[in-house]
Amino acid sequence: MLQDQDRIFTNLYGLHDPFLRGARARGDWDGTKALLERGRDAIIDEMKKSGLRGRGGAGFPTGLKWSFMPKQSDRPCYLVVNADESEPGTCKDRDILRHDPHKLVEGCLVAGFAMGACAAYIYVRGEFYNEAMALQHAIDEAYAAGLIGKNACGSGYDFDVFVHRGAGAYICGEETALIESLEGKKGMPRMKPPFPAGVGLYGCPSTVNNVESIAVAPTILRRGAAWFSSIGRQNNTGPKVFCISGHVNKPCNVEDELGIPLKELIEKHAGGVRGGWDNLLAVIPGGSSVPLLPKSICDEVLMDFDSLRAVRSGLGTAAVIVMDKSTDLIKAIARLSKFYMHESCGQCTPCREGTGWMWRVMTRMVEGRAEPAEIDTLEQVTRQVEGHTICALGDAAAWPIQGLIRHFRPLMEERIAAYRGRTGTPPMPIAAE
Amino acid sequence: MAKVTIDGIEVEVPNGSTIIQAAEAAGIEIPRFCYHERLSIAGNCRMCLVEVEKAPPKPIASCGYPVADGMVVHTDTPMVRNARRGVMEFLLINHPLDCPICDQGGECDLQDQAMGYGMDHSRYAENKRAVKDKNLGPLVKTVMTRCIHCTRCIRFITEVAGVPDLGATARGEHMEVGTYVEKALGSELSANIIDLCPVGALTSKPYAFVARPWELQKVDSIDVLDAVGANIRVDARGPEVLRILPRINEDVNEEWLGDKSRFSVDGLKRRRLDRPWVRVDGKLQPATWSEAFAAVHEKLRGVPGERIGAVAGNLCDAESMLALKELMVALGSSNLDCRQDGAKIDIARRDFYCFNTGIAGIEEADALLILGSNPRREAPVLNARIRKTWLNNGMPVGVVGTETELTYPVTALGAELSVLSGLIDGTHAFGKALRDAKKPMVIVGQAALARPDGSAVLAAAWKLAGEIGALAPDWHGFNVLHTAAARVGALDLGFVPGPRGRDLAGMLGGGVDVLWLLGADEFDTSAIGPNTFVIYQGHHGDAGAHRADVILPGAAYTEKHGTYVNTEGRVQHGFMAVYPPGEAREDWRIIRALSEMLGKTLPYDTLEAVRARLAQVNPAFANVGFLPRFGASDLTAPAGDPAAIGSEPLVPAIASYYQTDPISRASPTMAACVTAHAPATAIAAE
Amino acid sequence: MAGSPDSPGNAGFEQPASFALDAESEAEIAKLVAKYPPGRQASAVIPSLYVVQRQMQRQTGSAWVPVKAMDAVAHRLGMAPIRVYEVATFYFMFNTRPIGKYHLQVCTTTPCWLRGSDEVTRTCRELTGIKGWGETSEDGMFTMTEVECLGACVNAPILQVDDDFYEDMDAEKVTALIAALRRGERPKVGSMAGRQGSAPEGGPTTLTTLSFAPEA
Repeated sequence: MLQDQDRIFTNLYGLHDPFLRGARARGDWDGTKALLERGRDAIIDEMKKSGLRGRGGAGFPTGLKWSFMPKQSDRPCYLVVNADESEPGTCKDRDILRHDPHKLVEGCLVAGFAMGACAAYIYVRGEFYNEAMALQHAIDEAYAAGLIGKNACGSGYDFDVFVHRGAGAYICGEETALIESLEGKKGMPRMKPPFPAGVGLYGCPSTVNNVESIAVAPTILRRGAAWFSSIGRQNNTGPKVFCISGHVNKPCNVEDELGIPLKELIEKHAGGVRGGWDNLLAVIPGGSSVPLLPKSICDEVLMDFDSLRAVRSGLGTAAVIVMDKSTDLIKAIARLSKFYMHESCGQCTPCREGTGWMWRVMTRMVEGRAEPAEIDTLEQVTRQVEGHTICALGDAAAWPIQGLIRHFRPLMEERIAAYRGRTGTPPMPIAAE
Repeated sequence: MAKVTIDGIEVEVPNGSTIIQAAEAAGIEIPRFCYHERLSIAGNCRMCLVEVEKAPPKPIASCGYPVADGMVVHTDTPMVRNARRGVMEFLLINHPLDCPICDQGGECDLQDQAMGYGMDHSRYAENKRAVKDKNLGPLVKTVMTRCIHCTRCIRFITEVAGVPDLGATARGEHMEVGTYVEKALGSELSANIIDLCPVGALTSKPYAFVARPWELQKVDSIDVLDAVGANIRVDARGPEVLRILPRINEDVNEEWLGDKSRFSVDGLKRRRLDRPWVRVDGKLQPATWSEAFAAVHEKLRGVPGERIGAVAGNLCDAESMLALKELMVALGSSNLDCRQDGAKIDIARRDFYCFNTGIAGIEEADALLILGSNPRREAPVLNARIRKTWLNNGMPVGVVGTETELTYPVTALGAELSVLSGLIDGTHAFGKALRDAKKPMVIVGQAALARPDGSAVLAAAWKLAGEIGALAPDWHGFNVLHTAAARVGALDLGFVPGPRGRDLAGMLGGGVDVLWLLGADEFDTSAIGPNTFVIYQGHHGDAGAHRADVILPGAAYTEKHGTYVNTEGRVQHGFMAVYPPGEAREDWRIIRALSEMLGKTLPYDTLEAVRARLAQVNPAFANVGFLPRFGASDLTAPAGDPAAIGSEPLVPAIASYYQTDPISRASPTMAACVTAHAPATAIAAE
Repeated sequence: MAGSPDSPGNAGFEQPASFALDAESEAEIAKLVAKYPPGRQASAVIPSLYVVQRQMQRQTGSAWVPVKAMDAVAHRLGMAPIRVYEVATFYFMFNTRPIGKYHLQVCTTTPCWLRGSDEVTRTCRELTGIKGWGETSEDGMFTMTEVECLGACVNAPILQVDDDFYEDMDAEKVTALIAALRRGERPKVGSMAGRQGSAPEGGPTTLTTLSFAPEA
């Protein structure tokens, strides 16, 4: 288990002063000028060496992403921080925004400097009103202390940090939708290429990073890539904030090392599964988008990108949603289908039409009001959505259902049989034509 | 250039091209709904998916994916077919499948593509979505349940029309295309969204349930309701023209058409002159052709040539104007005019009265001065080209005149022509912007010329063009924008007063004893002398016919083979789509027949012969369709003293876009547009 | 309800005939616009819609965005009105119809549902008399909206009142909260169960060995 001194977010729970005085006491803004004096290339190099993989869900190497920014640009460059945390199960960035905002603000300066950005826009989901206020307060403090703004930290570098609040749209967590939204439009993802590093915010080179990815950067630079990469497993390095929700005795956020066994994570930090480990039915290990895992896999699986990928799920945002045996699993997944339908931006045909179709079929599956063959149809519909849209929301809507069918098909069939036994009628509604 | 292999066919396309463009170059058609080559790329329909080797192992939207050298693309693999079938199924689950009652039936992209990628049954067992229809005004009918959210209409209205009224509100499966706050679309190009809509969500309101596409006879023609000469297709069934659609001509209208040009079609059936009339005892009486000819013959007998005059209207074909002019000359008259608005035009050289830059040439311009014109209302399709240029290069546009809502930002220079001197000598700030440009343009409208000091304005505009470098050997930036389709053709024919001849003003108030109005309705006919005998030859019972003593029923533009010269000087041929109604006849034939009766037989009996004569009179007429680009080779100025400009401010040349001629004035649809847009509200450009 | 455009004119409520930005809103928007590069003031559209929504709350007691307010934002930011309509209807947090004094937003997404959001919903309905989502109680005090994941899942279930999250809810806590709101009180935001942020109930399992001396 990770030792406290290796934890980055030392005020995760808000036990201490979240603002400048407390942050400084916890080591933030310590020698930031010297960090910048190492130069852009050295910073990016250190980040690459640390092995940090993006904490927003996709796990793309952060240092590599920064290196895509042009070394010379006649247009301004921007750092955009994705604080539109909306993936069901996920609430880690919220704690950083409200309890450790200076880690993020300092991270913005360091990352922004490394990529030659003139400003950072932090896009905070609209519902995080109080969190955005806390962050704004921290930014105001940092300006007042000369840490950001003109000649940030005395480095000679000018750097602005702005908070921008969203207004209730999960899709704005997709980086290009976020950029569109930041430009004052609907949050509709853009086609890639071009990628934001070439054409991003206002058509300028931009990098979009998750809050956690940015907030850990100053600590990585201060303590060194070697320290960071010594934590976790190869290719899955560093500490990580996990969110454990659902049917555990003590739901919580906790920072621990990547690669921690799922069972250990739940039992050590979250008080164990309600009713004991054997009462476990399934876990969604990385936020609502990733396929669920039945208990048999949960027994052994490690919580990191590659281990979860190997069992056809994903680390995603490291948001662990635990479901015990009392759970109507079909209903749990159907509710996620409703979520994706509600959050589909509507531009791509497969997602706009498919998310509604999937939810409607799932709603019938909850009752069992379906034909057994419809399970296959549903599976095919998820395949018709997956990979056929501009952004990954279509995939995210498809995967939970695929996971359900993969691991719990008999449950669905039983439900259908039970409905038929109860009503004695063929379940199918009249075709819509 | 990038070398791309598509389904085994190797093509070279410019770098930055998309896969769909490369496929087009390779002769492979990729199905699409949202993609349109003249609109920004949305990439949302997902129908154009293809497989690209060495790319991520999933289908790629070919409309937005740039090619790379050596790229290998497959458009017809199992992966591609499955992907497209999936998309098609999604498109259809909430589509009403009401093809039997849908006006798009038979010309529906969704219907066509469903033949290739649709299933024979629906797997969707849930309730279908129903969407409330929107009222977009008198032209565009909506059945929004059919909408597949391709957003072509939104992109057209926003990008090309430049009047951002349309959008998609809400999100996900609740996303709806519309105006949110109900309003008629504020663009003169609005109906192009009907053509762009790949399904039956947006159809023609006036044409609703009128005909099926396979019932129609389609004839190529040229629009005459403004001077752009948009290329059109006339769709007719039996004796009736049912609709008019744009044809593609990259040099003229691309593939757009103004709403008036499209929808005045119902005016072709109303207020028609379908038989000759002769005024007897002060009242017009129905007559036969021989009675009408006899009345004319009778009247002309003994009237000296100099007491006869002829005025050509705005919609006339060149053939009839040629015939009338030559008859007048034969009768000894040189009282000819085609400028009902009194525009002062110097016909000494063609580049004094043409849009010399060319419509397509606008795209090369990098600064523009508009003098006495509202291109948005006078030539909406040409205006779209100006907007396109502005979107591309942000060129500064200055406007001398009162109307500045042109769908692109302009520097308003006021309606006083005194500003010209400052522009010419460079003391005015905008004069500098024009001088700084490499290819500056000046557009002179009829509002600037149709005034007593019009010659002076013309001369000043030419002088300005010279000063700012718009008259260069490889760039002719001096342009006259006409509003009348017949005008340039008439000028090319010399349908203006001959030596000692009278112009229109001179013919009025008793200036002539016999006045032949060839479709001339756009001047104050009450100014015609009370004793002047008026022959009205035309197709609509409008102002001219009202004043006439003899009416010779002619053919509207859809009812005759006609030659028209647009404002650029481009000669184009329209073809007869239907026969003229009743006893009405092709106009040049009427004149030819009458000439024989008057003993002045014109020397042509066939269309070919008339056209040969046209080319003889002015070789420009031999050059059909094609218009070479040219520079300014002769800097000699048109007649007129630039210093003689008066102090009267400019006033708009046309009062309402929707009603400018006998056809649009007879159109109930155009009347509905006038009502829908009154009181006129200003619409800001985005 | 959710997402269906309340196209003005067929929505069953009255749109105000006019709307003008008041001095407070004007000042706020001016500050917002300054955050973005020159010419990019459209970026301020979302925050500006919040500003007008708050102005409506100040002026009418109901936080919503009428069409005229969208027009005012469009005019202020130099945008085409339709672009503002699109934004106002795309984002879920703008109320395009009037709402009650308190906006009860119940998260019912799976993590909250697993922890008892049904109970929260049921209790809210019983106490306010509201029957369906999007409806306003007869006394105009409460509007209930079903919202998607609020991003506080380890403190589920969440009941969001206006901008504030109330966490670790159950029937009893909802009852207490609504009673407090009726009294005009605003209980302290956060866990209603007394938890420290997102720490496990009963105290953190980590970060227990650290102490920080405040800097002088």
